[in-house]
Amino acid sequence: MSKLLEARKLCAYYGATQVLFDVDFSLEPGQITAILGANGAGKTTTLRAICQMVRTSGSLEFNGQQITGKSTEGVVRLGVAHVPDGRGTFTALSVEDNLRLGAYVRGDKHQVAEDMEKAYKRFPRLAERRHQQAGTLSGGEQQMLAISRALMLRPKLLLLDEPSFGLAPLIVAEIFRIMRRINEEDGVSMLVVEQNASLALDLAHHAYLLETGVVALSGPAEDIKRDESVRRAYLGY
Amino acid sequence: MDAFLHQIFSGLANGCIYGSVALALVMIYQATHHINFAQGEMATFSTFIAWALINSGWPYWAAFFATVAISFLAGVLVQRIILRPVEKAPVLTNVIVFIGLLVIFNSLAGWIFEHTIKSFPSPFAQKGMLATSIFSAHELGSALVMLCVLAALYAFFKFTPVGLAMRAAAQNPESARLVGIRVSWMLAMGWGLAAAIGSVAGMMVAPVVYLDPNMMGGILLYGFAAALLGGIDNPGGAVLGGFIVGVLENLLGAYVIGTELKLSVALVMIVGILTLKPNGLFGKHVVTRV
Repeated sequence: MSKLLEARKLCAYYGATQVLFDVDFSLEPGQITAILGANGAGKTTTLRAICQMVRTSGSLEFNGQQITGKSTEGVVRLGVAHVPDGRGTFTALSVEDNLRLGAYVRGDKHQVAEDMEKAYKRFPRLAERRHQQAGTLSGGEQQMLAISRALMLRPKLLLLDEPSFGLAPLIVAEIFRIMRRINEEDGVSMLVVEQNASLALDLAHHAYLLETGVVALSGPAEDIKRDESVRRAYLGY
Repeated sequence: MDAFLHQIFSGLANGCIYGSVALALVMIYQATHHINFAQGEMATFSTFIAWALINSGWPYWAAFFATVAISFLAGVLVQRIILRPVEKAPVLTNVIVFIGLLVIFNSLAGWIFEHTIKSFPSPFAQKGMLATSIFSAHELGSALVMLCVLAALYAFFKFTPVGLAMRAAAQNPESARLVGIRVSWMLAMGWGLAAAIGSVAGMMVAPVVYLDPNMMGGILLYGFAAALLGGIDNPGGAVLGGFIVGVLENLLGAYVIGTELKLSVALVMIVGILTLKPNGLFGKHVVTRV
């Protein structure tokens, strides 16, 4: 089976500072992949590198197409949706406008309306607040909105940066349940960056462990979960 | 009483123009956080284009719409060619570029069309059905034109996908890129729209103040005052600010300080607003957590 995304010798830089060092990874279509690691390991940067929001070198192939050097908009138009850290909702716009913007590059008006109903069905709380300003939503609702907006693109790959950040455990459980369902029912491939390693390993099929910009470990999520050093350092038992 | 009402109405008519200039300023400010000092000179230059078209035999409204279209394109080109390279440069660099543009457009207008003062036709007949004792046909007509422009802009931003994308790009450029919006082109569109609004304001004011390369100098000051009064980040406020400035300027000029000191009203307002209420009447009060 051909890879959905393949990174070879991927390096990323903020100005003169190098953050990723020759990182190799690949994503299988239809799977959830997790990137784990401590603060500053380069998890968020990996997602930003895929969307070309930082300077990169090396090779990044999405669906067999080289995407290094493309604009962020160009990568998004290939079908990569990114839920950034801090969620990136348009706080002064309504929930509905946020969703509409998610489908900005799509031409199929009719199906956009359908997808919007689907989003409201998936998160009924967004339906109740559809005309409300996004900035007035709670943290959990904003995360739901951010995920829904990303899905409006009908992405081939969904990048999620810390979907659990700053949320109550009950909300996190709900969001992760829905993420799994999106993956199983709609076949959306995902790359999830997560501090909460046990949560991420329960969700993902495959995982990579980053340490200061280098891949320290990779493999099926089950194996990573059983790994002695990971258990001690990241799972805490 | 008639004279008083006349002052108020002609103030409102001027206010439409100031409000439009303010709106053009706000549009660029919202997207880039810069004030385009060349806005007035660009509008003057557009008006010269209209003048040239009319003088070469074009009917008024054909020349009007052609000028709006040309101004839009020119605005887009100015952003693409001149401002894009300094997009990420510090504020001062941008200010210098704006002042450069001001001087360039001003001198170009003088060089191509000469510095002599020219009369510019009004599309509204002097003794037509629009004229009454309280306001002239041109005052009412230009107010209507400006209100149409404002309504069209409102509809554009409120109801079209591109308008929504422009608002999104101004608000959160990074997220806008992540939904596939070409943010840099949205900025160019903003410049185009601002230039187009400016050209309409120029053509509407030219029959009153006569056309010369420095025509918009004073009007830009009133526009600044209007934008600041309304809150520099609030389009609706800018328009309302324009009306307030227009009426105030006329009333003070007629009854208090005399017409010679009118322009200083704008300057006093600018200084006053900046010291007493920097966010304007309807501006957002932004609090940043450190």
